[in-house]
Amino acid sequence: MDVPLKWLAQYVDWDFSVEELAHRLSMAGAEVESIKRSGGDWEHVVVGRVAAVEQHPNADRLRLATVDYGADELLQVVCGAPNLAQGQTIAFAQVGAQLIDPASRQPRKLRKGKIRGVTSLGMVCSERELGLSDEHEGILELSTDAALGTPLSDVLGDVVLDIKPTPNRPDHFSILGIAREVAALTGGAVNEPPASYPESDVVADERTSVEIEDAEGCPRYTAIVIDGVTVGPSPQWMQDALSSAGMRPINNIVDVTNYVMLEWGQPLHAFDHHILREGRIVVRRARASEHLELLDGSELKLQPDDLVIADAERAVALAGIMGGAESEISDSTTTILLETANFQEASIRRSRARHTEGGTEASRRFEKSLNPELAELAARRAAALIIETAGGTALAGIVDTYPGQVHPPQVVVTQRRIEQILGVQPSVERVRGILSGLGISNRWLPPDRYAVTCPPWRSDIMVPDDVVEEIGRIEGYDNLPSAPLPGAVPDPEIDAERDLGERIRDVLSGLGLREIITYVAVGQDELEAAGDDSASVQLQNPMNAARDRMRTSLRPWGMQTFASNQRQARGPLGLYEVGKTFKARRGQQPTEERMLLALIGGESETSVHGDHGRVLDFYDVKGVMEQLGAGLEVEFGLTPNAEDAALVAGQSANISVRGQQVGVLGRVSALHASRLGVEGDVFALELSITALTPLLRESADVTSPSVYPAAVEDLALIVDASTVSGDLASAIAGNGLVEAVELFDIYTGDQIPAGSKSLAFRVYYRSPDRTLTDRDVEKARRGIVRRLESQFGATLRDS
Amino acid sequence: MVDLEALEAEALASLAEADDEPALESWRVEWLGRRGRLTAVLRGVRDLPAEERPRVGAGANRLKGSLEEAVSSRRTVLMASSADGPAIDVTLPGRRPPLGSLHPVTLTRRMMERTFRDMGFDVVEGPDVELEEYNFDRLRIPAGHPARDMWDTMWVTDDGSGGPRQLLRTHTSPMQIRYLERRKPPIRVIVPGTCYRYEATDATHEWMLTQIEGLVIDEDLSFAHLKGTLEAFVRRVFGADIETRFRCDYFPFVEPGAELGVRWQGDWLEVLGCGMVHPEIIEDAGLDPERYTGFAFGMGVERVAMLRYGVRDIRHFYRNDIRFLREFEGRR
Repeated sequence: MDVPLKWLAQYVDWDFSVEELAHRLSMAGAEVESIKRSGGDWEHVVVGRVAAVEQHPNADRLRLATVDYGADELLQVVCGAPNLAQGQTIAFAQVGAQLIDPASRQPRKLRKGKIRGVTSLGMVCSERELGLSDEHEGILELSTDAALGTPLSDVLGDVVLDIKPTPNRPDHFSILGIAREVAALTGGAVNEPPASYPESDVVADERTSVEIEDAEGCPRYTAIVIDGVTVGPSPQWMQDALSSAGMRPINNIVDVTNYVMLEWGQPLHAFDHHILREGRIVVRRARASEHLELLDGSELKLQPDDLVIADAERAVALAGIMGGAESEISDSTTTILLETANFQEASIRRSRARHTEGGTEASRRFEKSLNPELAELAARRAAALIIETAGGTALAGIVDTYPGQVHPPQVVVTQRRIEQILGVQPSVERVRGILSGLGISNRWLPPDRYAVTCPPWRSDIMVPDDVVEEIGRIEGYDNLPSAPLPGAVPDPEIDAERDLGERIRDVLSGLGLREIITYVAVGQDELEAAGDDSASVQLQNPMNAARDRMRTSLRPWGMQTFASNQRQARGPLGLYEVGKTFKARRGQQPTEERMLLALIGGESETSVHGDHGRVLDFYDVKGVMEQLGAGLEVEFGLTPNAEDAALVAGQSANISVRGQQVGVLGRVSALHASRLGVEGDVFALELSITALTPLLRESADVTSPSVYPAAVEDLALIVDASTVSGDLASAIAGNGLVEAVELFDIYTGDQIPAGSKSLAFRVYYRSPDRTLTDRDVEKARRGIVRRLESQFGATLRDS
Repeated sequence: MVDLEALEAEALASLAEADDEPALESWRVEWLGRRGRLTAVLRGVRDLPAEERPRVGAGANRLKGSLEEAVSSRRTVLMASSADGPAIDVTLPGRRPPLGSLHPVTLTRRMMERTFRDMGFDVVEGPDVELEEYNFDRLRIPAGHPARDMWDTMWVTDDGSGGPRQLLRTHTSPMQIRYLERRKPPIRVIVPGTCYRYEATDATHEWMLTQIEGLVIDEDLSFAHLKGTLEAFVRRVFGADIETRFRCDYFPFVEPGAELGVRWQGDWLEVLGCGMVHPEIIEDAGLDPERYTGFAFGMGVERVAMLRYGVRDIRHFYRNDIRFLREFEGRR
């Protein structure tokens, strides 16, 4: 909303700078987004007087002007304007001023210059040089009695505040609304504009009627009929006001409706009464296949839920958005019907979105939910202005159809509540002063209460705390006290799943992986490429039509992020994400599962120290899993061959904890990897943090290290090639005297039978309470070997 | 006549030339071995005239001791230098154990969470896919309310089941209602989480953003406590000298409503929205709004991260370019 300060000043006084005014309005809630100065900044341009004129000694068409601009000394400038004369009040640009170059029409800084041998210390400006118009025939003569030296911007042009209203304050879409803010902030009062006019003997009811078929869409419709108007240009002051607020003057009738809309925030519309069939108004929903041509020439095919203003036969306006072309005010119009109505915001929003691009000044205001009480105030003001500017006589009375009449609630607020909420108690006089400045009627009911009524231009004073806000914001939030939180600290809730996600981040980042955070929206093709076919949550209005559902897997974005970074990586690439996936559930909110996806690939670091790069493989990602398990105090069990479409069967495993599957691990198949853009091998570790959380145990007590020595033996076993080494190790570790077992060698080849392999384990025997004898170890070893023979068909390999 | 001094000088000179273990050993054999030269002198003492015996005997024994000491210290010197190896080029690059990184949004979210935890706040999360009822209606933003325009919403497609309308939460504020359903005052909680806006992205707008919502309810809390708490938060995040201001702003679920700005490199920047919890929200939670009051606030994590790290384009966060992520190694 553009608020020209010259217009604003008609209703309210203030005595601080433009910047201070803008600041105070912003702090109180009417945010000033920018301060615009029409005509330019005009820095170093001031009011001056031509004290003397003489001929330039070296040029016939140039003269020398001696300018008094309120400083101690006069300055001489060279001037070519034919209309220059002694005694003129002019705009004087000092050296350093930014002016429009008349030839190039580009801004240029004025320098001290020498013209035909005479020094010129400034410029007497034309309108073009000031950026006011294209006029450059002569200098601009000012009609002002401002003191010499006054900045030109104080005399010419205007300052406009661009205010961004919040949704609860439609009154901030009006000059008067802002004037009331200023009055409250300065402790002043608003000078209400006059709204009275004479009425004829004929009663308006006899000449028109208003019927509302849809009371929900139109809670109120008022009509004033004015006879004998003369359509023509509106007075210059009104044209200037409209232009300064960014609206184009059209004719006196339309200009008044626009002027009052900007003044009060209530849109109005004037019809040529003679064009209306039977001279009456019907507010209704559009009929099937009804058409309407709007003022801007657009031809609408109306829908049955469009609210229209109609006469006895056809639609003549799209309610609250734009008038129709046929009933518009023309030069021959003599009788007008002035509409000031209230329309439901949802209905306006629907039709606006359907029929316009971005809406109109009227729809913008109706969408903020106007108080129907405002209509009559604006109607009377507009009638008075029309009669003032276009003549004519108003018929007696307002035709007022008001099915949705509201009775503004009386809000009772106590001094105690003000103090309870603001933490400070302003005096009764201060509270009443603030409310009165805002135009909010109020009564003091001793000992503690105020009775407050929401004024017609607002609809946001409904409960006591709404009044408290008015007090707080006008006092200034920055002037309210500040205090630390008192009282007990409540017991926190434990969110074990969230905590586990945080631990996983710490462990993996500690292992050298990088955390990524990716988007939640994916495409069906991406999910397929990632081997995921769970039921996904569809988005009705996705940002990108190709990614129209919530991820059921972290893989699509994870893999694509991996791919896009492969070229930057120079060395190993390890990325992970901890994030939610979403699985649709019919009729309910989806299941949100917290997942981990870690992806690694590339080549290990090479170095000048002779460390050769090695292509990372399955055992690198498995190592990450093992270290993660260590970091989380959980033992991950593996079952070969993950049932996962995206992983290579023989190079993958299901991960479980105490028999419950919690994830998968393995090499991503070349087909899936390449569909998501990954080049070369990539290995994935995927865990459901949600599934893992209940499986974590409280940390066990630590075991004190045994003080007795360990006995160490190597055990080389020949087994069938398909035997899984982890199972053998578990069987060895099952012996009570075995403290630890490590696989240190794998051999296949000529020295053992075909189809078998040799696994060499180093076994550490130790007791917590005594030194083991050779016999103890011997006995334990025999037990182990027997078990391995019977369970796995293992034989000892003679070394 | 035995010249012990000449002997000693010769032995020490030859010892100085022995520069490895075999040379030391052969030196020892030559001087101190069973047939060594000093051993021979000692053996020859008994053949000396009686008056010379004590002097030469004592001198040769002393020399034996000192040569033994010399060889031992020479061995220590040689061992030390051979075990430590030759000089190296210390300017060559080191072998670096990998250093991972946390995402800048995680780092900043954690920093903000820590700050609130220090002030006794609980930290909980809520669902990303919300019911319209919780995201809007119960926060006093009914359908058709002009305030709904403040949040451009991404809706979940109706699955035809007749179930409630769902959306991607536009803010973490719905958790105010959900937390109030299960807790009674005193309440002091923050809710970090991802939110979604149906709006075009540019250098300062992403359709996906991380928000931290806060809710505090107790007996007789006032705007002063809102100010005190949020000023303390901002001081910890932006430094003790940060200048703050509270401007009136509008959110349907608070009254009075405000926006907290900080002066950052000369300009006022909006950091968070806040306000006193609307009495209808308190009442809907089954609490007496005349007894219980409180405040709520919400802020964007990415915005704070941009200020902390000098990131000029918000879109960097979810592009996950490792050249960007690498910058956060070792950061907090």
